[in-house]
Amino acid sequence: MRELLTYIEPWEFSPTVFLTCAVSAALYVRGLNALRSRGLGAGFWAPFAFFLGLALDYTVLQTYYDYLAQHMFWVHRLQHLVLHHLAPVLIVLAGPGAVLIEGVPASWRARARRLAAQSSVRRLLMVVRGAFRIVQHPLVAPLLFVGLIFYWLTPSIHFAAMLNVTRYKIMNWGMGVDGLLFWWLMLAPRRAQGSAAIGYPVRILIVCLMALPQILLGAYIALHSTVLFDVYGICGRAWELSPLTDQELGGLLTWIPAAMMSGVAMLVVLWRLLAEERERTPALARSAAPVADPRSATSADPLTPAVADPRLA
Amino acid sequence: MNSARAVRTASRALATIALALSLAGCGSPEPPFALQNVSGLLPRLKFSLTDQDNRPVTAQDYRGKVVLLYFGYTHCPDACPTTLATLAQSLRELGPAAARTRVLFVSVDPARDTPEVLKRYVGFFGTEFVGLRGDDDALTALSKRYRVAYHREAPDRNGYYAVDHSSAVFIFDATGRARLLARETDGAASIAKDLKRLTAG
Repeated sequence: MRELLTYIEPWEFSPTVFLTCAVSAALYVRGLNALRSRGLGAGFWAPFAFFLGLALDYTVLQTYYDYLAQHMFWVHRLQHLVLHHLAPVLIVLAGPGAVLIEGVPASWRARARRLAAQSSVRRLLMVVRGAFRIVQHPLVAPLLFVGLIFYWLTPSIHFAAMLNVTRYKIMNWGMGVDGLLFWWLMLAPRRAQGSAAIGYPVRILIVCLMALPQILLGAYIALHSTVLFDVYGICGRAWELSPLTDQELGGLLTWIPAAMMSGVAMLVVLWRLLAEERERTPALARSAAPVADPRSATSADPLTPAVADPRLA
Repeated sequence: MNSARAVRTASRALATIALALSLAGCGSPEPPFALQNVSGLLPRLKFSLTDQDNRPVTAQDYRGKVVLLYFGYTHCPDACPTTLATLAQSLRELGPAAARTRVLFVSVDPARDTPEVLKRYVGFFGTEFVGLRGDDDALTALSKRYRVAYHREAPDRNGYYAVDHSSAVFIFDATGRARLLARETDGAASIAKDLKRLTAG
């Protein structure tokens, strides 16, 4: 029992990660209940994808897994694959925006609206909106996504990040947040994106192009004949494994599944493109059954509430 | 709202942050150390263990000394004796200043490393060497603090087991601040050179 607990309890408790996950889950459950009471459902797959993504993020950050990730390169690469690719894709595909907003108590929503009307807050929101427009620019967003991977895998920077708790936390938070921003930009339906929207063909081009540097970096690491990241040897590995095998596995994880996510993303974008084409065709639109999908109920996305909210535009 | 203005404001803020960061990077007049500099990366020396004479000790007891912290165990077949011998060699090269240093050998195998065993073992390397041990909780706290891992393997037929552990020597200045990290590959000469600077003040 005690042994089981050591695997489940956080290796290094982070109040911010815990609160973010707990509040998101609570808001989502509240939102689902509120929608259900109005006769609207979110189906099975959207909540499933949302909770799976959230649970994956929580598991790699707030369990014994985090210890293993600190002391084994390939486990660390898998952690980033979850934080930067897998979990955000699942969460974005769930399109949890409308449900999360529905989960915010009405009095809080009213207070937030009043607060957003104040001039100082308005100015702040404008700066946030400007920053958002920069990082979500079709040229900046993929560069930022790939750049973060290269940055944290620069051997000297990687070394410092694995030794220093603050840098380690910044690295993991950056991966998680950038993953959500980037995959939202690539995968969310255009109508949910407001002014940040990028056309579907451009998105396909971006996800294809960004796979290439990830493949090259992963292959470089996997095929490198000397140890690039000696911090794991210095601080001790979680279990016995040859440093070069560890590096090879880590390189392969950076190379193959990361590139595969581009393939998955491309299919999702194609599917969105076809779905929107169909909607535009009047004959088919008339025959289509009305959808009780909460995702189409709003154009604002909660991942960027201050920005995508048309009332602030 | 004016989105062009918003972009301008945000870019100005980003440019200011970038400038501040680049300025913060400059201005280190000191020449580089031979060993890996870890100033600002690792927390101050802090622990609560017992020494080879079974006395409870804390980091406070070693204030004023340059501390070399190393995790190992006396049954270690290769890494520990080699590293400790290198450290002993560097202290010999350091000369009288070695009196202002302490090598803290923290056992990751307190079950076999009793105070008596530890005392005999560290005594072999020199008077500056101190053997420390603690229960699993104290050891976990310390290893977590310095981001190191250790793990005991399953015992063989004769009851012998190996313990995987970190290879680094963490070096703290006389005020307890983490300053340097010595790798297995660092020689006694480079360690002595950097210790000279740290013991000088």
